[in-house]
Amino acid sequence: MKHRTLYFVLALAMVLSLALSGCGKKATGPLTFVLVPKNLGNPYFDTANNGAQEAAKELGVTVTYQGSAAADATQQIQLINSLIAQKVNGLAISANDSDALVPVGKDAIKAGIPVVSWDSAIGKEGRVLHINQAVLHDIGAIEIKMALDLTGADGGKIAILSATSTAPNQNAWIEVMKEELTKPEYAKLELVDVVYGDDDDTKSYNEAQALFKKYPDLKVIIAPTTVGIAASARAVTDAGLIGKVFVTGLGTPNQMREYVKNGASPEFALWNPGDLGYLSIYVLHALATGEIKGVAGEKFTAGKLGEYTIQEDADLGVNVLLGPPFVYNADNIDQFNW
Amino acid sequence: MSAQTAPRPHRLRAIARFREAGISIFILILGALVALRAPAFLTMTNFKDILLNISILSIVALAQAMVIITHGIDLSVSSMIGLVAMMVAFVMKQSPEFPVITVVLLGMALGAALGALNGVVISYGKVPPIIATLGTLSIYRGMVFFYSQGTWINSFELPRSFKLLSKGTPLGLPNMVIIALVFAALVYFFLNYTRTGRDIYAVGSNPEAAQMAGIRRQRVVFLVYLLSGLASGLAAVLWASRFESAQTNTALGFELQTVAAAVVGGVSISGGVGTVPGVLLGALLLGLIENALPLVRISPFWQLAAQGLLILIAVVVDNLIARSAKGK
Repeated sequence: MKHRTLYFVLALAMVLSLALSGCGKKATGPLTFVLVPKNLGNPYFDTANNGAQEAAKELGVTVTYQGSAAADATQQIQLINSLIAQKVNGLAISANDSDALVPVGKDAIKAGIPVVSWDSAIGKEGRVLHINQAVLHDIGAIEIKMALDLTGADGGKIAILSATSTAPNQNAWIEVMKEELTKPEYAKLELVDVVYGDDDDTKSYNEAQALFKKYPDLKVIIAPTTVGIAASARAVTDAGLIGKVFVTGLGTPNQMREYVKNGASPEFALWNPGDLGYLSIYVLHALATGEIKGVAGEKFTAGKLGEYTIQEDADLGVNVLLGPPFVYNADNIDQFNW
Repeated sequence: MSAQTAPRPHRLRAIARFREAGISIFILILGALVALRAPAFLTMTNFKDILLNISILSIVALAQAMVIITHGIDLSVSSMIGLVAMMVAFVMKQSPEFPVITVVLLGMALGAALGALNGVVISYGKVPPIIATLGTLSIYRGMVFFYSQGTWINSFELPRSFKLLSKGTPLGLPNMVIIALVFAALVYFFLNYTRTGRDIYAVGSNPEAAQMAGIRRQRVVFLVYLLSGLASGLAAVLWASRFESAQTNTALGFELQTVAAAVVGGVSISGGVGTVPGVLLGALLLGLIENALPLVRISPFWQLAAQGLLILIAVVVDNLIARSAKGK
């Protein structure tokens, strides 16, 4: 009697477990990808999300946009851990710290979730590939070129106002800028300082103010960050230095419109972050469906952006390149609204 | 216990005066050191920048001081500033012809409403201030994201009249500095020469005695949180005007600076003690550090550490003096 009950319970357990595992396999549904920005409430990343949502619609997948309020690697790691637990189908991350995110990226890949980084790269081990907004070299080179445009042929003192001192993309650009400056055509540009505004509006503003005071004959501030460039341009405007100190770097049209028109920042560059988000989702989809494995030489098509080839280089490892950067100025800025 | 060990009022006044003298000397020494390394420090432009930078901090720190004097704390000030800044910037974007003075009043009213909510929860709901305002710190910040849908309001979307509210100089000094000075004078008068102002000290130094003396404790506590919201609302309007934008992370982390300015300025975290000049000096010291670090090329990452160190020194010195006053 006792035995019969036992067998019955065991049999039931086996049937149930089979049924449950069966359910698990059948639940495919639409794929869910997560686009993780450095922080929320940043128009640059929000524009990337718009592009990502456009790609999601075309591909018939779900893309959610999740991040932390502050640009902080620890908070980002916690978020990614919880996304791994939710078993999403792919992660596209803009890293707050390239090294700190490697372990959690590895965990995700181990759990079968494809991880790509975009905008700011995770170390090579922690992601399948990186979606590069522009070749490092192109960005650094165009910023120095714009600086010389602004100082005129006579050159002069220039300074760089960056985001955090650990931001991987900023530091890589700064390195390229320093290399560019060694070229003979830029011999008259003198880089006097590199300061950090932490991508915080107030801090960047204070750092810009301090730059004018430390270097009264400063000609150009290059801010390769959207927060820093707007804060610097405002500091120039407030200090009545328009025409004396010029600001350039990387910014978004809506933030910079006022300062392009008032002359504080006659020109700046950027890629289109909407296209970057769009491409990221196409890459994740190609990885998640097995269309590509993330190996150099593979080709795939990303909707309206056309065909891409995966490449590999020493700095970025395996990556996909979005395209060349774009220079915004008074002639074209009103064509953009983001 | 607290009634027995609390130093007598004249001792407290002595501590406050000692503190004000101490910070003044410290400010002078620090100023001299910075001036030696960075001559640009001693320029009129730089003094103007320092005054501009501490105007907003002073306004909110004075309100924070009133809260701390009642033995409370308001951690939600930064989120109130963020939320109100976003709302007034949105109003200015939608209707640029809106008179600027109305926007100032609107900002103060919105802030007061947010502060009143803190007040109700703390005073009538009997939730400890640190918990209640920690909650609203997150709630109000969340509302910023919800309200703005993550978008910023940028310089080109704000009318010139609104930007001049903080930066205009019709009276010689920037408007924002004058507003802060008037605000400080009002708080000084309120705390020292009105019945309610004295009640704020009474509630903080000895709640039981205050109750027995017929002071309606709940009303006083409610009032300080409402005032803290009102000051944050005013600060928010100035913030949006000065920085020509409203961002989702506007004023993020600012609450710690207001607490630091108050505590460094001699406001006792255990309640009942604090003066307006002390808080203004505290704000000046923090503003000086913020201004000086980039000038002398010390990484801004040290700024937080410097602030923390100052708070610790201030509290330790307080304790030592209180103990020696008790011993005598």
